Amino acid sequence: MKELTLKGMRERWEKEVLEPHLKEHGERKERFITASNEEINRLYTPEDIAELDYDRDLGYPGEYPFTRGAYPTMYRGRLWTMRQFSGYGGAEETNRRFKYLLKEGETGLSTAFDMPTLMGYDPDHPLSDGEVGVEGVAVSTLRDFEILFDGIPLDKVSTSFTINPTAAVIYAMYIAIADQQGVPRTEIRGTIQNDMLKEFIAQKEWVIPPKPALDLIVDIFEFGINETPKFNLISISGYHIREAGATAVQELAFTLADGFAYVEAGMERGLEIDRFAPQLSFFFNSHNSFFEEIAKFRAARRIWAKRMREHYGAKRPEAWRLRFHTQTAGCTLTEQQPLNNIIRVTLQALAAVLGGTQSLHTNSYDEALALPSEEAVRIALRTQQIIAYESGVADTIDPLAGSYFVESLTNEIERKALDYIVRIERLGGGSILRGVLRGIEEGFFQREIARAAYEYQKQVEAGEQVIVGVNKYQIEEDHKPHILRVDPEVQRRQIERLNQVKRERDNTKVQAVLAGLRKACERGENRMPYILEAVKAYATLQEIMDVFRAVYGQYREPALF
Amino acid sequence: MGKIRVLMAKVGLDGHDRGVKVICNALRDAGMEVIYTGLHNTPEEVVRAALQEDVDVIGISLLSGAHMAIFPKVRRLMDEHGLKDVLLLGGGIIPDEDKEALRKLGVKGLFGPGTPLSEIVEFIKEEVRRLGKG
Repeated sequence: MKELTLKGMRERWEKEVLEPHLKEHGERKERFITASNEEINRLYTPEDIAELDYDRDLGYPGEYPFTRGAYPTMYRGRLWTMRQFSGYGGAEETNRRFKYLLKEGETGLSTAFDMPTLMGYDPDHPLSDGEVGVEGVAVSTLRDFEILFDGIPLDKVSTSFTINPTAAVIYAMYIAIADQQGVPRTEIRGTIQNDMLKEFIAQKEWVIPPKPALDLIVDIFEFGINETPKFNLISISGYHIREAGATAVQELAFTLADGFAYVEAGMERGLEIDRFAPQLSFFFNSHNSFFEEIAKFRAARRIWAKRMREHYGAKRPEAWRLRFHTQTAGCTLTEQQPLNNIIRVTLQALAAVLGGTQSLHTNSYDEALALPSEEAVRIALRTQQIIAYESGVADTIDPLAGSYFVESLTNEIERKALDYIVRIERLGGGSILRGVLRGIEEGFFQREIARAAYEYQKQVEAGEQVIVGVNKYQIEEDHKPHILRVDPEVQRRQIERLNQVKRERDNTKVQAVLAGLRKACERGENRMPYILEAVKAYATLQEIMDVFRAVYGQYREPALF
Repeated sequence: MGKIRVLMAKVGLDGHDRGVKVICNALRDAGMEVIYTGLHNTPEEVVRAALQEDVDVIGISLLSGAHMAIFPKVRRLMDEHGLKDVLLLGGGIIPDEDKEALRKLGVKGLFGPGTPLSEIVEFIKEEVRRLGKG
């Protein structure tokens, strides 16, 4: 009866108020779309969420299905972790940047590595030329980590490492530093990204092929649930999928599918879901379409909780609870009128906070031009602090819940993401794990993303997507921000340090531990203890990864567009 | 007049391929023949592919910051292999002062994020015409 009344009321309004007004004034455009090409209605009313069942679909924060938030008090208890990704040059420079950020009030460290470190090459490899210390800090042996964390007690900070194909080595180095500092392994906190599926799908940093890469990730799960229970062993990432051009729905669907694939892989190893799932974390992008992003974060928690409980049979609430880090969308930053990026970042950061993120990186406004300057990094951090302390948005939990629009959008995004997830599951004959692997092999994800990226670019060209300063309100530019330069000396110095380490270490021991690692690969043993041993013997990152290259071969993707 | 042949490549370790794939699609839709090398090529591999494919244009996408190491190397190899008349273009994050240096080296067009696709298409058509090849 109520529905009928609502419908009747709306129809009256449409006929008596809306239509005459439209006839006279019209609207700005035919279609109102999000950055992901989702059409948005003129108005949302109780009719749009007539099916919504509060208890079933929303519930209370910190409780199944977690739609309203991961924790019972959210930001009233503790603000999100303000975690600015940083790293450049050698370990000395990054150690200084870490200390600067801690002094400025940052609450967690986040490490960017250079390309050679990410891809498993030492600085003297030909592919490392010109890349050493450029996009992040260069690390080749434990010696670099000793400098990187000099004066930073590991029981006082949590550290996030954006590292994938070589995650096992970097994780081992962090444990080795904890051992050196006398901090119990069980106390160290932080995250390794360690998400190879999204690398094959979107970011494209790899060493070995998908199957053995996945196997190494499960080794880390198996090792980490006992050794470092407070450490996130993976950060299942949609960030890069989105940056590669995916829509919000694709970002959500592919990321959660990857997450379920890791869960299935862990279970296939015989790990108990309730033991390892609490150490899985997520990483999303916060893009321009404000409400769509908020809805995406809320839908993410609900989809994860439901499938973890109902499909995989997880029993602990910690295994149902999706926790995530957010970074504002780098791809939305413009080279034109770069200061405008500060406003973009603010809106994206606000969406992440309203969506209930656990930690946040805000981009610096000059990042479309080059690596960020110190001033730009500070403004980015201040943006978060203003949201946290001045705006008041952190004072109540999930403030947009119950909005006809936000709830309807949350349902819609959930439905569309589930459609994709079911497709992937079918592709794998009932297994998401196999579906994801097959999707990568056949280029399914890569093509879906490339198509969405091209569609978006065409909409930009046609003016259907407005980018202020790029396709509207352009000016003759006269302002260029200060650009941080990485000294080319860094590569020379890194090579020198590498050579020194190689001279000083026990090379017979290094050969022995590397041979042991190789045997562990061949015997199918967990490789983590061997990698830790190799790291402690000052084996280089490349020497360790070369063992994997020798056993499993180097991955190369088919080039398609 | 045949189709303009374009080799699109990612050089070095950087895996950001969104831009290059968008450009590949746009150039193909504009009637050009596009050959995409995929990721992680060395300058030598790019120049070898350009010779084999007999292209009019080489487009290199680079978002790693290694442009000052890579473009001069590609240009030198192109000159050594008689590819003087092949149009060399670059895309990605390149600061203004480096753009100037790269232009002097013979990287004819440099396109940052947000460049309209039509601008790149027109630039290529115009330059290839100027080189008397299109």
